[in-house]
Amino acid sequence: MSNHQINPNRWIELYSDYLFNYTISRVNDREIAKDIIQDTFFAGLKSMKNFKGEASERTWLISILKRKIIDYYRKINSKKGQAEVRMTYNTDENEGDWLEERVEDMTYLNAQDILENTELGDAIYDCMSKLSDRQATVFKMKTILNYETETICNELNITASNLWVIIHRARIALAECMEKNWFKS
Amino acid sequence: MLRLFIISKEEAFHICDKSQYHESTLWEKVKLSFRYLWCRATRLYVNRNTKLTKTLKSSKLTCLEHSERKLMEDRLNEQLKNQV
Repeated sequence: MSNHQINPNRWIELYSDYLFNYTISRVNDREIAKDIIQDTFFAGLKSMKNFKGEASERTWLISILKRKIIDYYRKINSKKGQAEVRMTYNTDENEGDWLEERVEDMTYLNAQDILENTELGDAIYDCMSKLSDRQATVFKMKTILNYETETICNELNITASNLWVIIHRARIALAECMEKNWFKS
Repeated sequence: MLRLFIISKEEAFHICDKSQYHESTLWEKVKLSFRYLWCRATRLYVNRNTKLTKTLKSSKLTCLEHSERKLMEDRLNEQLKNQV
């Protein structure tokens, strides 16, 4: 039975940062990561009718994103990639599997600490998704993008004291969530 | 004289929040430290808040700029319109 709904109107708001963080840790280039995510959303729109609702919308988008990252590596590594495929996988049905492993298996890209960082990033984004839109926006601008207080206030048309109240509430909620989901595990 | 050092719990929390972004003054930090010595709630809040900051820093988290997100949203909306 389908439990999850699909709503592309909220994809940017709900998933763009999560997908961006996921992608950039795998491709290490901001512009490429943005292009891959945009392609993922377009592909998602095209295949909306295939969404059965068995997995969450985010999981479904991640599965599309993984294919897009594979396509990206396939393009840039076409020559080198073919050589590696021949060396590691010599049957026709296995061809291409190394790329999937590259996306799944972070040890190929770097080391264990990157994998842990990715998991930590996922945990933080999970917790941030529980914040209100306003709290998440202000928190990201202040904490992740390191914007000046004044810049955020001007952009969002809020006072400095409003900003600090929002930051305070966001930090409390995040600390509680991280305590439950990350530090205890 | 001692009165100069005394701040409320709420003020201590506010200074602590600002400290996470290096936006508190030296005098504010002194007042926060004084309250930290005798107030359990302040100690708890400061420790938790500092732990959160360290975790966030170690995650090397990144996200889209406001303008990048807007551009992405416009393109997606355009695509949505074409699809309908």
